[in-house]
Amino acid sequence: MSETFDFTLDGATVTAQSGETIMQAADRAGIYIPRLCAHKELHPFGACRICTVLVNGRPQSSCTQPAAPGIVVENDTEALRNVRKSLVEMLFVEGNHYCMFCEKSGLCELQALGYRFGLLAPRYPYQFPKREMDASHPDIFVDRNRCVQCARCVRASRELDHKTVFEFSGRGAHKAIAVNADARLADTDVNGTDRAIDVCPVGCLLRKRYGFRTPIGQRKYDHQPIGSDIEAGHPPAAVNG
Amino acid sequence: MSAQGAAHIKAICKAAGNDPARLMDIAIAVQKQLGAVSDTAIDLIATHLKIPRVDVDSLVTFYAFFSKTPKGRVIIRLCNDVVDQMNGAAEVAAALETELGIRFGETSPDGAISLEYAPCIGLSDQAPAALINDVPVTHLDSGKARHLAQLLKREGTQARLVKTFGDGNNAHDLIRSMVVNNIRETGPVILAPYTSGSGLKKALALSPAEVIRDIKTSRLRGRGGAGFPTGMKWDFTRQAGGDQRFIICNADEGEPGTFKDRVLMTECPDLIFEGMTIAGYAVGAAEGIFYLRAEYAYLEKFLTAILTQRRKAGQLGQTICGKAGFHFDIRLQMGAGAYVCGEETALISSCEGRRGDPKNRPPFPAQKGYKGCPTSVNNAETLCCVARILECGPGWFAAMGTKGSAGTKLLSISGDCARPGVYEVPFGVKVSDLLKKVGADHTAAIQVGGPSGRMIGPKEFNRIICYDDLSTGGSFILFNKGRNVVDIARQFMDFFVEESCGYCTPCRVGNVLLRNKLVEILAGHGALEDLAYLEELGRTTKLASRCGLGQTSPNPVLSTLENFRPAYEALFKKSRGHEPVLANFDLQAALSQGSILAGRASSIFTPVNGSQP
Repeated sequence: MSETFDFTLDGATVTAQSGETIMQAADRAGIYIPRLCAHKELHPFGACRICTVLVNGRPQSSCTQPAAPGIVVENDTEALRNVRKSLVEMLFVEGNHYCMFCEKSGLCELQALGYRFGLLAPRYPYQFPKREMDASHPDIFVDRNRCVQCARCVRASRELDHKTVFEFSGRGAHKAIAVNADARLADTDVNGTDRAIDVCPVGCLLRKRYGFRTPIGQRKYDHQPIGSDIEAGHPPAAVNG
Repeated sequence: MSAQGAAHIKAICKAAGNDPARLMDIAIAVQKQLGAVSDTAIDLIATHLKIPRVDVDSLVTFYAFFSKTPKGRVIIRLCNDVVDQMNGAAEVAAALETELGIRFGETSPDGAISLEYAPCIGLSDQAPAALINDVPVTHLDSGKARHLAQLLKREGTQARLVKTFGDGNNAHDLIRSMVVNNIRETGPVILAPYTSGSGLKKALALSPAEVIRDIKTSRLRGRGGAGFPTGMKWDFTRQAGGDQRFIICNADEGEPGTFKDRVLMTECPDLIFEGMTIAGYAVGAAEGIFYLRAEYAYLEKFLTAILTQRRKAGQLGQTICGKAGFHFDIRLQMGAGAYVCGEETALISSCEGRRGDPKNRPPFPAQKGYKGCPTSVNNAETLCCVARILECGPGWFAAMGTKGSAGTKLLSISGDCARPGVYEVPFGVKVSDLLKKVGADHTAAIQVGGPSGRMIGPKEFNRIICYDDLSTGGSFILFNKGRNVVDIARQFMDFFVEESCGYCTPCRVGNVLLRNKLVEILAGHGALEDLAYLEELGRTTKLASRCGLGQTSPNPVLSTLENFRPAYEALFKKSRGHEPVLANFDLQAALSQGSILAGRASSIFTPVNGSQP
């Protein structure tokens, strides 16, 4: 039986178990902290920064920051909502995201965050980058135009599939997802059933021939905003359903 | 790849024990030997080290000094930082391009010479400067550049680039460099005479706990910029669990306008290594790593020789200075061109043979650092202070400086002034007094602490240099009236865009957006609303970024907006009130494509008598 302690989250008392992050404790308490790179089954990565909260006034990513007794955490404030919305907008303008013809629409966590934050148009100019696509694999399609660099595939391939199919190459604005082969995904040991493909929050890694099995309009986030399951007291589940 | 090339790679990997943690060293050696770390080379390295090829690819594509495609046998890296630009780097660049017949980013068709730009190479006090392979050439102008290009075309790697050596150890047989120290003011602590071994002997007469107590009493704080109390850092490292601990010396001074570590490594390497050894004794480490940035590769042989000398003198290795049970050694770790590696957790990643991505904190390095073991990362200057504190006593050190900032600080002064160079001053010196000292009479702005610091104007020249007032890692770049502060901010943003590791969203995207907006404003397409845009974007990037790079990179924009707002406002066209469009919007340019397609001018927006409706 692990020890428990209390801390404050937006004025409410939250009970955490030792070793838990702020996000994990908040999830159990039914409080949603918006996130993108965090995934329940994977080690926290802290890249998207959307889950940034103020801990005793200092900004921290709640997916990596351990809960501690007595800390005062600010989450759903006007200022932080604006920061998170800005980050989502940055991700939209950094890549080439066209929801209207993306087969992930309705299941895409970036799109869902945009809806949850009431994002109509990004305040930043679109960058229209040129990004590589890879359709070499018989069962998987890679469209880097939609990559948000969350590293979920990198982590899932290592942690869940026990392979090393994905890793980042380059740095800064030139950073991109690379595969464990000279160039083509088809030359790696990836499999159509790998978890690394499931966990992609956007339409960067897609299973071929599955795109519209659930019609647009009947998908998860078509029905309810992202985070509703946590707020309803249910832990987050994998999204591809 | 030739069989010979493959054999080289095999030998290089073997020499590094086929150890994935030595991937940096392996990639550096392959780049040097074969002129590139090609995809084939990546495959071979991965096979020898038994690691996924994508892990090797990930490292090779991260660092600026690695290249997958072959570079010239001679690589000219011209520094293009702000101070070099102020001193005529553009003319030098033009001369090199003309004489060599290639543009920057290109390699001559015969594979002899490549031309590249490099961010600050630690020679702002003798700018414009360049690295030719590992050899620094300083005080360039277009004439010297032409001469250099001719020489390199004729003699290639055999060219004798250095005719006269700099002062002090720059003339040492193992350095033989034209770099000069430019030590303008020595002080009682760091740039003072020191007998090798004196601090170490006194430290070994104490218990490790007593050494830490003395460092705490001296009130020494980290000299890299953050100012964390050194004694406390050591205490955390010592008390963290596990049986293996490490000391890392951060000499990766990549902050543009900083060059004090260059001088320390040239003139006081013993002091640094002694500080590391004392740190090792205090925290209970058996191994120290000295991280040397690729730009300072010309000092590698010299520093290696000093380490050998210290081993021979019993100051490194087993049973140091006869102290039973105290074993400690230091290895050099070369970097490969990445500013972010100055961030301590990124530095650790790099030492482990990985991309220089910073790590999530907590855990802090003192708890879990190099290879997951407790690690104390200290700045080279901090470690120099350590050796002197042990030699002369904590009270002696604490009595210097101000209440919250004990001791002296090395300052790297560059830009518009008569006497650029390194100054050792006690904490508490006033900025205006410093300006007199360095011969700066018409200073309009100072970039304090490098691009990640702040740009201050005359109303702050009465502030004092210490942790509680104007805190700095030591770089002061001076600008006279007439310099374009908005363009300087733009250049600094170019630097951060180039150097962001790209791990987190705000730093990877935010810096690009900030830079792009500055470019727009400088081109005359700005509007007053853009200033609020810059401020909000800058604040968001700072707040949300994961490490110190993104948490400070918007500072050039934010501090110039705060202190030099009129410089921005002067770039906006005045709106004439009755115009239907923003002043920065060029209506006729926007209509021109439509007019061509329609085959006629706009019947509404056609200029009448030179004015628009």
